[in-house]
Amino acid sequence: MQVTTTVNGAQRSDEVEDRLLLVHYLREVCDLRATNVGCDTTSCGACTVLLDGESVKSCTVLAVQADGREVSTVEGLAGADGTMHPVQAAFRQEHGLQCGFCTPGMVMASVSLLKDNPSPTEQQVREGLEGNFCRCTGYHNIVKAVLAAAGSGAKA
Amino acid sequence: MIPAPFSYVRATSADHALQLLASSGDDAKLLAGGQSLLPILKLRLARPEVLIDISRLTELSYIRVEGDEVAIGAATRHCDLVDSAELQRDVPLLPHVAALVGDRQIRHRGTFGGSLVHGDPAADLPAAVQALGATLVVQGPGGERRIQANEFFQSYFQTAVGEDELLTEIRVPRLPDAGWAYEKFTRRANDWAIVGVAAVDGRVALVNMGETPLRATATEQALAGGASPAEAARSAADGTAPVEDMHADQDFRRHLAQVLTERALTTVAAGRR
Repeated sequence: MQVTTTVNGAQRSDEVEDRLLLVHYLREVCDLRATNVGCDTTSCGACTVLLDGESVKSCTVLAVQADGREVSTVEGLAGADGTMHPVQAAFRQEHGLQCGFCTPGMVMASVSLLKDNPSPTEQQVREGLEGNFCRCTGYHNIVKAVLAAAGSGAKA
Repeated sequence: MIPAPFSYVRATSADHALQLLASSGDDAKLLAGGQSLLPILKLRLARPEVLIDISRLTELSYIRVEGDEVAIGAATRHCDLVDSAELQRDVPLLPHVAALVGDRQIRHRGTFGGSLVHGDPAADLPAAVQALGATLVVQGPGGERRIQANEFFQSYFQTAVGEDELLTEIRVPRLPDAGWAYEKFTRRANDWAIVGVAAVDGRVALVNMGETPLRATATEQALAGGASPAEAARSAADGTAPVEDMHADQDFRRHLAQVLTERALTTVAAGRR
């Protein structure tokens, strides 16, 4: 089926197999490889991207379901001049990662969370990121980073 | 993991979805949010030849107060249940339970009707509609059928919806003044309930205590007879045959059903609103 999407602000049209998953469309058709396939079973959140501004697990969405919609990946967050998005800057500042595998999904889930709740409590951050697993950090610095990005770092 | 090949068709209306179901034979599946169906396809536990996408049918996505009931379109997403001011006011159990389904990403895609038709006895919303005494509206070639929540769930992943039918609406009674509670016992964030209990308006429904969500009828009768939460909860697991798995054997599940029912009924008795 022919799908037309807007990926990180740029419209494109591709002929894809009906069964193609959104994450494979992004990685293999769009050549955007930051979004990782982790568990491949809707658990870990490594493949989180935004679909029309809302976080989704792209291993559990078909590319054809993104037809006519906007998709945002972590590659699209930084400004044209390379200025990092506040959430990216906060993850760097607070060292909200170790191996980095969960980070693209974690950052996108955090962007979605802060869009819905710009001033979350620590508990709300922890619950809001329950769909994203990190096996390195113990989450401590990730939570600090999200609170810092929200401008509420003092609560961490 | 990649699903076996299928043809994808997008329904343009509920009637169109029914026509597509009728013309696609036995090997068609309806695709709503896909948060249960796509993992099943990826694991190749199912290999439908046709997927009929109903997720864009705005005519099936609504929350409307109608008299003594709230009518909810079957394609309404979990996140829309969570955010609904009407439901928070009139049926607060439902947005509370919806907020415990999966995680934010899953709630952005998954639909109320999809969860019910999937018929997983470990899922949260099927027990919630039982506790609420909801009515499920199904459309098919023969017109409309209305099914009580009690009669909707038939076995593991089996519901009363026929292969040529479509769940279109869930009607829940408005209960703005009723105490309510939902107790969900999990080991980890994001898991299915090992056991769960929904209680509202004298009804008690159990998650993962059998091949369907179940009403705890002995507990309900005890409550109606004036029993205390602790007394009524003692019979919560009567007649159940819950699954045994790596999380819990039958005895532990029965124990959990009693403990969680007592907690839920204590909350209800305290008049949580």
